[in-house]
Amino acid sequence: MPPLTTNQPLTSKTLTKKITAILLAAVTFLAAAPSAPPTDEKRISVYSPVAFYALPVLERGGREYVGLLELLEPLGRVSSQSDSRRWRLRYNSIDGEFLAGNTRIRIHGRDFDLVAPFLLENSRGLVPLSSLSTLLPRFLGAPVNFRESARRLFVGDVGTQISFQLDAGNPPRLMLNFSAAVNPTISTEPGRLRMVFKRDPVLSPGSQSISFDNKIITQANYSENNGDAELDVAASQPLMASFSSNRRTIIVAAVPQAVAANAPVATPGAAPQNPAPAAPSPSTATIAPNNNSNNNSNNVHRILAVVDPAHGGDERGAALTDKLAEKDVTLGFARLLRHELEIRGFAVTLLRDADTSSTFDQRAASANVARAEIYISLHAASQGAGARVYTALLPVEGTNNGAFHAWNAVQAPALPISRIVSAAIVAELQKKEFPAAESSASLRPLNNVFMPAVAVELAPGSNGVADLTSANYQQRAASAIADALVSIRDRLGAQP
Amino acid sequence: MIPRHLLISVAALLLVVVSMGVYLRHMRLQAGELESAEAIALPVAPPPSGPTETVTLYVADDAVGRLTARSAQIPLPEGRQQRAEELLRALLRIYQQPGAAHPMAPAADIRSIYLVAPGAAVIDLNAAFADQHRSGILSEQLTVDSLVETMAANVPGILRVNILVEGKMRDTLAGHADLSESFDVPTVEQAGSQ
Repeated sequence: MPPLTTNQPLTSKTLTKKITAILLAAVTFLAAAPSAPPTDEKRISVYSPVAFYALPVLERGGREYVGLLELLEPLGRVSSQSDSRRWRLRYNSIDGEFLAGNTRIRIHGRDFDLVAPFLLENSRGLVPLSSLSTLLPRFLGAPVNFRESARRLFVGDVGTQISFQLDAGNPPRLMLNFSAAVNPTISTEPGRLRMVFKRDPVLSPGSQSISFDNKIITQANYSENNGDAELDVAASQPLMASFSSNRRTIIVAAVPQAVAANAPVATPGAAPQNPAPAAPSPSTATIAPNNNSNNNSNNVHRILAVVDPAHGGDERGAALTDKLAEKDVTLGFARLLRHELEIRGFAVTLLRDADTSSTFDQRAASANVARAEIYISLHAASQGAGARVYTALLPVEGTNNGAFHAWNAVQAPALPISRIVSAAIVAELQKKEFPAAESSASLRPLNNVFMPAVAVELAPGSNGVADLTSANYQQRAASAIADALVSIRDRLGAQP
Repeated sequence: MIPRHLLISVAALLLVVVSMGVYLRHMRLQAGELESAEAIALPVAPPPSGPTETVTLYVADDAVGRLTARSAQIPLPEGRQQRAEELLRALLRIYQQPGAAHPMAPAADIRSIYLVAPGAAVIDLNAAFADQHRSGILSEQLTVDSLVETMAANVPGILRVNILVEGKMRDTLAGHADLSESFDVPTVEQAGSQ
């Protein structure tokens, strides 16, 4: 009877086979192993009068820890020294002394105990989260409010209060009034509008759940988790959100069913408002369909469009090929767009109709002096595909200081309508099966013009860079832009 | 008959010519060695030392026109400013690899980063970064967003970022992205999340 196992000599052939199998298994394992997205990491949010920031939280021995140096760095002058197991930290003029693996620490000459041992990893001092409430006031000399379960740390007198006010009109509107400007990420799903406050020190409204005596907007729920605060508004109809009062008020309203096809984004009656930028762009869905693209009627106000072929003269723009400069493509494209707009009843001014150059300020001044109702800057690039439509990248808190506006933020009041224009152009381009996307860019002179303003960057299609000089390709894009402006003609005329 | 002193002079001159030739050849060889030594890209500064840490890099992709958050393990020095510089250099190395989704010139570099209180950072790029950057709104804006979001994600407390080139203000990165103003971190983050 043969033995059950045999120790055969390992030939080079079997060795190669085994190594190959092991390598294949390793590659398969690595490919299959899910890479944890950074957003799933535990973190602590810190809100103080000088800075808002978030730090990663580490788990050690079943407890949560955070780097003390990183925690204090944004708040003042910090330095550290490590010597074997001993770690010394100086914050402004206060010294702390820590011993790795020990709970006893000394701050400013006085001893006290952490709830778990201090850890030293690669000269980095880690303290347990549970001790922050007692540890930090000794360094900072200011009270701290640490919500440990939500990992939100408030240093000193910071905190944004919320109050609710329901207007039971038709459609009903819920006003969320904040004691300071806020900048939440807003998303919608059927029957729910969700606002996540990652950078705002929003405080609990008192009750975690507030019910409203309304059939459409029924409830608001507040929660905190992993450094963020979250506010959910429940409703029986789709909701949309808009900002007002310099982002101190968020107005949540049901999308009017009857006017959903052509309703403006902003809610009537409350001015001035900005559509929530983080929300799935409602304007894309609410733009009126273009049913009068060839309407050349003279009984409507002729809207003045300023079309700006970017670059020119010595300023060639991007080198699209060895011989093709961006300035030449933008000029040809601008002339086509002028034609498309004029046959749809627009008055059009080209900022250059030859190979001439102007500064950004001169271009903005020309558009502003003309008191145009829409400004379109045209660009071309060899990267990307289709077209990309940009609006100005301006600070979210706005820079509205009454009647005066900084030159670099003149666009701010018109930005909500600019975004509607951008969404309309993207929708029309996509309708014509032209790849298109919208975005924001720090691109002059978009932020220096006071009327709605967009920039369109034409990129190659399926034929590569040759498309950029193709009359047919440019014609399709120009026609889509013109149709989009027709579809929102009323909004352009109604601008402030 | 040729005089003896003339023969000696000619022989001496020949010796000088041959010696000069040998010396010239020696000098040329030395110069060649120096050139080849320069051609080898030896580091002029020590590599960053410090424990390896996990950071989040916001990496641009021209094809999709977006940034993607990517975790990376890199050695980071202790100082906050030096950490920020190494962080952005790690980002640049991704863009300088062959076939990168958002290619950048091999000579592009971060000269320095200044963290000025409270919440403001200044990124000083070298001339090659801007001069050899591809021109276009999408490409330039992705670069700016990538630098700003990577800084904000890994250096706590940064709210505004200014970008200089060779220590000086510059109107645009490569003809499009405006560098004359500060970049507001929440605005850039919100634009990126759209």
